[in-house]
Amino acid sequence: MTHTALPALRRSLARLEREGPARARDVFSLGLPEVDQTLGGGLSRGALHEVYALGGPDVAAATGFAIAMALRAAPVPATPGLAIPGPIVWARQDYVDMEAGRLHAPGLAELGLDPDRVIVVQAPDALGVLRAGAEALRCSALGAVLIEPWGETSAIDLVATRRLSLAAGDSGVPALMVRLAANPKPSAAATRWAVRSLPSQALEAGAPGLPAFAITLLRNRAGSAGHEWRVEWNRDERCFRNRQREQEPGRARPALPRPVGAVSANRPGARPDWPASALTDPALAEQTRWRDAG
Amino acid sequence: MHSQIPHLRNKQDGATQDEAPLVIVDKINGALRLMAVDARALALGLTPGLALADARARVPAIDVVALDAVADDACVERIADLCDRWTPLVALDPPHGLLLDISGCAHLFGGEESLLNDIGRRFAHGGLNLRMAIAGTPDAARALARFGRGGIVPPGGEARAVGPLPVAALGIASDIVHGLSRAGLKTIAALAERPTIPLAARFGDDLLARLRRVLGREDIRITPRRPPPACMAERHFAEPIARTSDIEATLTRLMMQIADLLHKRGEGGRYFEASFFRSDGQVTRIAVETGRPVRDPKVVLRLYREKLEALDDPLDPGFGFDLIRFTVPVAEPLDEAQVSLDGRINEESDVADLIDRLVARFGRDRVQRFIARDTHDPHRTAFAVPVTYESGKGTATTLNWPAPEPYEPPLRPLQLFDPPQPVETTAEAPDGPPRRFQWRRSWHEIALAEGPERIAPEWWRRESGTPTRDYYRVEDVNGRRFWLFRAGPYRNPPAKTLWYLHGLFA
Repeated sequence: MTHTALPALRRSLARLEREGPARARDVFSLGLPEVDQTLGGGLSRGALHEVYALGGPDVAAATGFAIAMALRAAPVPATPGLAIPGPIVWARQDYVDMEAGRLHAPGLAELGLDPDRVIVVQAPDALGVLRAGAEALRCSALGAVLIEPWGETSAIDLVATRRLSLAAGDSGVPALMVRLAANPKPSAAATRWAVRSLPSQALEAGAPGLPAFAITLLRNRAGSAGHEWRVEWNRDERCFRNRQREQEPGRARPALPRPVGAVSANRPGARPDWPASALTDPALAEQTRWRDAG
Repeated sequence: MHSQIPHLRNKQDGATQDEAPLVIVDKINGALRLMAVDARALALGLTPGLALADARARVPAIDVVALDAVADDACVERIADLCDRWTPLVALDPPHGLLLDISGCAHLFGGEESLLNDIGRRFAHGGLNLRMAIAGTPDAARALARFGRGGIVPPGGEARAVGPLPVAALGIASDIVHGLSRAGLKTIAALAERPTIPLAARFGDDLLARLRRVLGREDIRITPRRPPPACMAERHFAEPIARTSDIEATLTRLMMQIADLLHKRGEGGRYFEASFFRSDGQVTRIAVETGRPVRDPKVVLRLYREKLEALDDPLDPGFGFDLIRFTVPVAEPLDEAQVSLDGRINEESDVADLIDRLVARFGRDRVQRFIARDTHDPHRTAFAVPVTYESGKGTATTLNWPAPEPYEPPLRPLQLFDPPQPVETTAEAPDGPPRRFQWRRSWHEIALAEGPERIAPEWWRRESGTPTRDYYRVEDVNGRRFWLFRAGPYRNPPAKTLWYLHGLFA
């Protein structure tokens, strides 16, 4: 028996070794060289990535960033009709609709996501959301799976996240978990991001500009963490760009804590008004959240 | 075949053990009349139709219960469910009657005689007395069960069997019954001897049609309450089964048979239904739906596993199931899938399988997709519909999503509140957004704003009583982007302008 079993085992191990790193190397980039460098080439596709909303009103920013990640993961090809990107399954808890509003399809289109690609699964509780997400992650034809539970819940623990990331690894479909009104907890995610809205670059006549986010890499399995970048999402190029300047000169922004036009966005973390260490410390993070809501 | 349930009302209210006779009353033309009576009351001469006051005068000590028609109907429905075990074609025949089409079924139960015995025995367990008749046409069976003694009518013997019955057994209106009896025609036999043309002239064609059916000269099919399935497989158990593994094994075997049947027909099922008949008479039906025709047993059984796991009250076998039936009520043509070179069909069917599994677990309404609508009303412009919603009805699905202006920021919010949330504002300008607003107990200082974009309600929709709205895209100093609107009307502005938050931008 050992005569036949051992070579078979060796073969399967060799296959695993061949496949494992190859899959891990299957990455997608956010389109920003600094970010990709920190991530060691990009975000791995078959993995779980967590996106935390920092304050109460930042829910839309976190959701928007997750959509942008999903679009980066499954980009629309340049020549239409060559390959249609896979559908995106969006598992959402009912409570999110009540707290943060329901998904507005034209708004999805405004961010570059074709609403026809989206399949929404409404689950009554966090467990249902996880179950729908895990089920969807088994289907390798999808472009991405978004998992959006609400609040602190004991259902999302190390075991549950490990299960999700294994499922994502098997199918090669990125799993993006959007956490709203929750504090970071131990999980098996490959990366963890904290997102908050950033004042946009104003257009003529003081109109709000492109969606801008401050994204903080709280955790990174493949490298160092704790960096913050200020980015804006360009829907037409389906790409993140560095946010050019802090604000228009000559416009008064009394409540803004930062000095006008001081930080170059090319120097990540140079003058973070949000110290990266604060984000890893739950107590401090809580304080900042209150200040933010304040 | 027709079963009439004479003492249904008495039984379902629970025949009391005390000695007082039980009567069920209902108000008819302002007077309380007996609708049904139990055997003791019948023995004392109380018959249905008697006024309650008269009944009380004759027998002072009676137990009076008001009629509950809804509960009666529910009970008959349950009995009809149970009758599914003998034939898939069961029709309701109100009041309190059931019609069963047993063509080709009787031999499965050892002939008509033993079928009648089986039915009678099963309901006698539940305390129901039935009056049953088997005849060549449903009308003859109904007449015999309701007005005769029931029993089995040999083929061609309908005319002789129903002959002595009163004309009311034809199921005709009471004024026609009255008219016939004034003409001296009291029985069906008397009516059948008359020439038909004067009868039709006097009482209408309907009477003659009914007469022909009762006499077995014309046959119409019953309209079953559940449409007959495209295919069906079932398994009876001499010894009821209760173990989950047995049930699963049975489902697997039945599904294999169904797959064979569907394969022969070149079809796939869109809707599958498993019926579990418990030995105590309860029937549980569990259905799964698929987005496209399917006949792969593995796929269907996987859906069933999902469904059974997600049930609120798990399948309770009680003392065991003695019949499990698998039916396919809806089937559609299914060609063998042709896998193209790049494997795209596989991918599409993968997604379809996933959707089916999600639907089975979470329910139809919880798995949704968006369809575009040609309207400016933000509430109506996008619509989340169940993912299994059939496209092609109406023009809504053929619309494309409006392409956003290149290099413009998003003009519509990512998330929309329904209904819009009222906000407190301060420092308003007459034609502009407020400087600050309070939402969910925190103040937002507005730094950037664009607007107004005026969106008027659609006047051709009567239900849209909302006034015109002026929308502003605003951003607060912390970079949160909101969609605010001021509610009109603008011709006669109200004393205080009301502001609402309608959505959040990313």
